[in-house]
Amino acid sequence: MNVRTDLSVTGRAWVFGDDVNTDDMYPGFAMKLPMAEASRFMFNATRPGWSDLVEPGDVVVAGRNFGLGSSRPVAELFTALGVTALIAEQYNSLFLRNCLNLGLPAVTVPDARAFVSEGDVVSIDVEHGVAMNDSTGVERAFTRFPGFLVDMLRSGGLIRQLEVAGHLRPPTGGPA
Amino acid sequence: MIEKILAGAAGVDDTTPGDILTCDVDMTVLIDVQFAMSRLMDVIAVHDPDKVAIVMDHAVPAPTVRDATHGTRARSFAREHGIERFYDIGRHGIVHQVIAEQGLATPGSVVACTDSHTCAAGAFNAAARGLGPAEILQIVCTGKTWHRVPPTIRYEFVGTKPDHINGKDIFLAIAAHYGDATDHAIEFGGPGLASVPMTDRRTIATQGAEVGADFTLFPADDICVDHMRSVAPHLVVTPFDADDDASYAAVRTIDLGDIDAMVARPGTVIDNAVPVTDLESTPIHQAFIGSCANGQLADLREAARIIAGHRVAPGVRLIVTPASQQVYLEAVERGYVTTLMEAGAVVTNSTCGACFGYAMGVLAPGEVCVTASTRNFRGRMGSTDASVYMASPATVAASAVAGRIVSPAFLMEGMPV
Repeated sequence: MNVRTDLSVTGRAWVFGDDVNTDDMYPGFAMKLPMAEASRFMFNATRPGWSDLVEPGDVVVAGRNFGLGSSRPVAELFTALGVTALIAEQYNSLFLRNCLNLGLPAVTVPDARAFVSEGDVVSIDVEHGVAMNDSTGVERAFTRFPGFLVDMLRSGGLIRQLEVAGHLRPPTGGPA
Repeated sequence: MIEKILAGAAGVDDTTPGDILTCDVDMTVLIDVQFAMSRLMDVIAVHDPDKVAIVMDHAVPAPTVRDATHGTRARSFAREHGIERFYDIGRHGIVHQVIAEQGLATPGSVVACTDSHTCAAGAFNAAARGLGPAEILQIVCTGKTWHRVPPTIRYEFVGTKPDHINGKDIFLAIAAHYGDATDHAIEFGGPGLASVPMTDRRTIATQGAEVGADFTLFPADDICVDHMRSVAPHLVVTPFDADDDASYAAVRTIDLGDIDAMVARPGTVIDNAVPVTDLESTPIHQAFIGSCANGQLADLREAARIIAGHRVAPGVRLIVTPASQQVYLEAVERGYVTTLMEAGAVVTNSTCGACFGYAMGVLAPGEVCVTASTRNFRGRMGSTDASVYMASPATVAASAVAGRIVSPAFLMEGMPV
């Protein structure tokens, strides 16, 4: 999570449905595991085995109410698998804040699933609010984030900002 | 209501939905699983130790070495930063129950905690919501966070809540009829509210998370103020009520007298709950009463009242988890625990436990559970091939006796078991 977030990303899309909840993305039993192992169980209820298919640089696309449920830090699992951005038609706000705070860009495109099909290559420019489906040539503008959130993403997430501001000592390490 | 509380916390006169405000946070509550984040141990200074509490709830007493380490970190953090409100094992309970018992959320205050059911404290007229671990870390360090002011959906209660109807039934009826409230605040009021006690308000406010609400707010009426005085006698209460001319995204009237006992089918509560009579042939293997939504003393009392003199059906496990040590002790003293155990229930330590499928009460493939806890997501309580139905404690207790989903009336009317 302490890497600088690239605000302009291009990746292959995986498409999920409506109301995907955080128990599905980060099952309770996986909370017993270190992040890298827990990430193997993403979408365990609705798409088991997905983590073996996703590749670093990929993008996840979803429908309405993406991330309903608990506050478990799902964004860290996406990051562990190398997912570089999320596009959804609508987010649960707790989930959305979690993603942004952990440096994972998550943009809202109200007709995301009409705009992107699974396997399409999509480019997202977070700073300028533009998404392009490179496979179809279709473009979408999306609402840009307030400046303080763009700054946070650019600096690699909230924890990195807290370090820079002198609120945190250098990492003492230990298992995540 | 939410606009007034957030504006006050941000030091601005006025605000409208969509505004982003930087708010002072009055109480930040850390829980054991939060200490999975090792960076908490790198905090140089807590902004205000009097505005931080630590509650051990999700995985206590520790079922794994990893969880035990979270406990070690929590104790070390409390010591290093002088956190006096530390509810370690023995004083513990589910965080939202402890917040209620200790008066950690007061009318008009801003409350933050990593648990997504923090909206429970909205029962006390507090702007409370779940926030992610990184953000809680920020508040611990700076005392502030940002909130986007949400539009509000108001539920106007009319009529009188029947005695046998629980906050869970009211909530499930609302979720079934009106669907989700994503990115909105939900506000309750109206003349019927006087018939809804704090315990049911807590249940309703807690479950706001399941329809995606940012905040779930009740006014600080006489019932709420009486509760606050009982837990914090010297508190000066400043209610934040809605203005008469407040504008809403929607105003919906709920006649409490029309609410049936409800059950949510597996998966979600949104557009997915039905009257219990629609599901009465469904056999069950496990029944669970507990969680921040329905592990309160009143929930245990109702379960004991329903089940007294009956036995849990063969092949069914009834698990009852008091929401806190205090609830557990009172339930023992009042005899509820004896009644439940004589009926065949397993009464467990206070913890989030079975609700989130982590350390106990986990379901095997093919099993069916009816639960009074907070979530019925697929895979929530164990196997992704198990089915979780959600209902009130009364419905769960009656179903445990019947061995299938039934209305509490099944036992209350003295029908043969």
